[in-house]
Amino acid sequence: MLKADMLIDASEIKSTISRLKNEEDYTLLLDVTAIDFSEYPDITPSRFAVIYILRTSNFKKHLTIKTYVDDNTLEVDSITDLFFAADWAEREVFDQYGVRFKGHPNLKRVLNHHQFVGHPLRKDYEITKGQICTETEDLMDEMIPLLKSKGYKETDLEDLMMLNVGPSHPASHGTIRNFVAMEGETITACVTEIGYLHRGFEKSCENHSYSQIIPYTDRLNYCSAMLNNIGYCKAVEDMLDVDITPRAKMIRIVIGELSRLTDHIVCNAANMVDLGGLTNFWYIFAPRDKAYDLFSKLTGARLTNSYTRVGGLEFDLYDGFEEDLEDVLKDVEKAIEDSLSLVEHNRIFHDRTQDVGVIKADFALDAGITGVNLRAAGVPFDLRKDAPYYGYENFDFDVVVGSHGDVYDRIMCRFEEMRQSMKIIRQAMKEMPDGEINVQHPAIFLPSKNDVYGNIEGLMNQFKLTFEGIKVPKGEFYSATEGGNGELGFHITSDGSGTPYKVKCRPPCYYSLGAYARIVEGNMLADAVVTMASMNFIAGEFDR
Amino acid sequence: MGLGAEANLGDSIVTTKLDQAINWARSYSMWPMAFGTACCGIEFMSVAAAKYDISRFGAEVVRFSPRQADLLIVAGTISYKQAPVLKKIWDQMCEPKWVISMGACASSGGFYDNYTTLQGIDEVIPVDEYVAGCPPRPEAVLDAIMRIQEKSFDESIIKERATNFKGILDA
Repeated sequence: MLKADMLIDASEIKSTISRLKNEEDYTLLLDVTAIDFSEYPDITPSRFAVIYILRTSNFKKHLTIKTYVDDNTLEVDSITDLFFAADWAEREVFDQYGVRFKGHPNLKRVLNHHQFVGHPLRKDYEITKGQICTETEDLMDEMIPLLKSKGYKETDLEDLMMLNVGPSHPASHGTIRNFVAMEGETITACVTEIGYLHRGFEKSCENHSYSQIIPYTDRLNYCSAMLNNIGYCKAVEDMLDVDITPRAKMIRIVIGELSRLTDHIVCNAANMVDLGGLTNFWYIFAPRDKAYDLFSKLTGARLTNSYTRVGGLEFDLYDGFEEDLEDVLKDVEKAIEDSLSLVEHNRIFHDRTQDVGVIKADFALDAGITGVNLRAAGVPFDLRKDAPYYGYENFDFDVVVGSHGDVYDRIMCRFEEMRQSMKIIRQAMKEMPDGEINVQHPAIFLPSKNDVYGNIEGLMNQFKLTFEGIKVPKGEFYSATEGGNGELGFHITSDGSGTPYKVKCRPPCYYSLGAYARIVEGNMLADAVVTMASMNFIAGEFDR
Repeated sequence: MGLGAEANLGDSIVTTKLDQAINWARSYSMWPMAFGTACCGIEFMSVAAAKYDISRFGAEVVRFSPRQADLLIVAGTISYKQAPVLKKIWDQMCEPKWVISMGACASSGGFYDNYTTLQGIDEVIPVDEYVAGCPPRPEAVLDAIMRIQEKSFDESIIKERATNFKGILDA
């Protein structure tokens, strides 16, 4: 079934989605994206289609809704009043495709800079056509309406202090820019600007074969590269209807959980640095380097591993992997203990983190926040439990939930999730099946060199695969896995060739960041910094 | 035992050129400003962390204020949107200053050959040392820092450092 679950008329978007939300329990908006069909082999009713992806409140099912946009107006109704998450999602579609959303409160570019002309993901936009940006925006065009909506008058604006935090600010972890209006130490209004690390992931995908995209996925959430590899390859395998071998599944679970471990380590370590607890950083980072050594032994790279392949893995486990792995896990356990001994009963730490940056559960769902940030708010949503893949249902592990949704909960949830991940890894290593790691499939894997040099079929096979890539059946498909930050989804559109027609990544922290401004308003600036660190915004992921 | 003037000063005094004394001190106390935007920023953390320990080279005081730094390490992809920010930071740094371009993206745009990525930061600011790799291993970054240390020995207080560099953002 490689097509959208529902095809509706553009005029019914709002009514349909509101019915789905209120009557059929699709309460989580995962993603909004568009497809430009101008070079698609099939005839379509119009050039652009908008795709909405929703998930039920018990998190077990997702639904994709597709609608064709009128070519003349390029307008559809906005659903921002149904879902908070739609705000940034629709802005991105407008930015990349030029589809306008009627009734959107703030329809402006979000990833590309304000001097950019055109819409880069349209098929007629040339991939290498860069556009120079000479200055950054002042963001007052967003700030003034925001302040007015909070009841400030023109005359009050003089009394507020406008402060720019980022993008080059140690706390903004690279590339987030927040523009805040402050009364004393308290933030009254906050505008977030992103796009400083927009690297054109989706455009690059449209110009590379399915296998060549794997290195690009590494660099989405670069703290847990292999989880992205797995998420992407799983989506392509599902489209091909290929079931990978049991050993490959088990190895993917092991390295996936190991990546989750390193992801949480980076997040917690950086968070403690922002709190001023530098010692924690040294403690937790040492075993992470050990994990990197393990990765480089296994995959050849420390950080950007590109380990999975469509239909399997690049290498099998090396001899002695198990001992190295146990070594790493022991070190991580020790480091977690050391770190917790410093903060667990530390009064200063408690004062700085408890009741700070609280995310309420219903707001989190409205904003499309998933992963640890949602679980810390007390919602037990984990795709490994709710929509298990690769046999996660057979493992004995707990979904870690918080009670309050504050910074403290998020830090502690991450620590506990590390322990759960280690539990999963140990079980997986015990159960590791033997056998092949790659599916035997001539349309996916290169033939053996004997065949290539020995007979014409093998030679042709090698040639076709190398030059044309893996041919994926025509259609659209959405697949999701539990990434380091939450639901990592890939919505892939194929035109039947070896190059994807479109790949949309559903980046979990894009939606967390979209909600960030609302979360920190009313808090102190120093707390906003800590909140930012605890939500684990990875620039490569939200900017893509 | 020294000769000439040094003979009268005893063993506790060494005479040298002012430039050499300053350069010696400076090269072992680089103050890097880590402009980490992406994956390389994470790897730069590893350079600073316990195992690779950048402080063995006297460069551990990582500052996030360009006013306090003399070595700019650009770690990660720079997009066209980020370029003016980078330029401003470079302009704010005091002379003498150096730039390390860490990783393929900063050096050449890497495999992001597309509409949004600056094809190398040397289009905007001058670069002293390029580090290859995606991301480079920490050893490679340490090597670049050592090469910068060597370069800093050429400094002199009477040297005119103004370059005639012209990037795409220079009017």
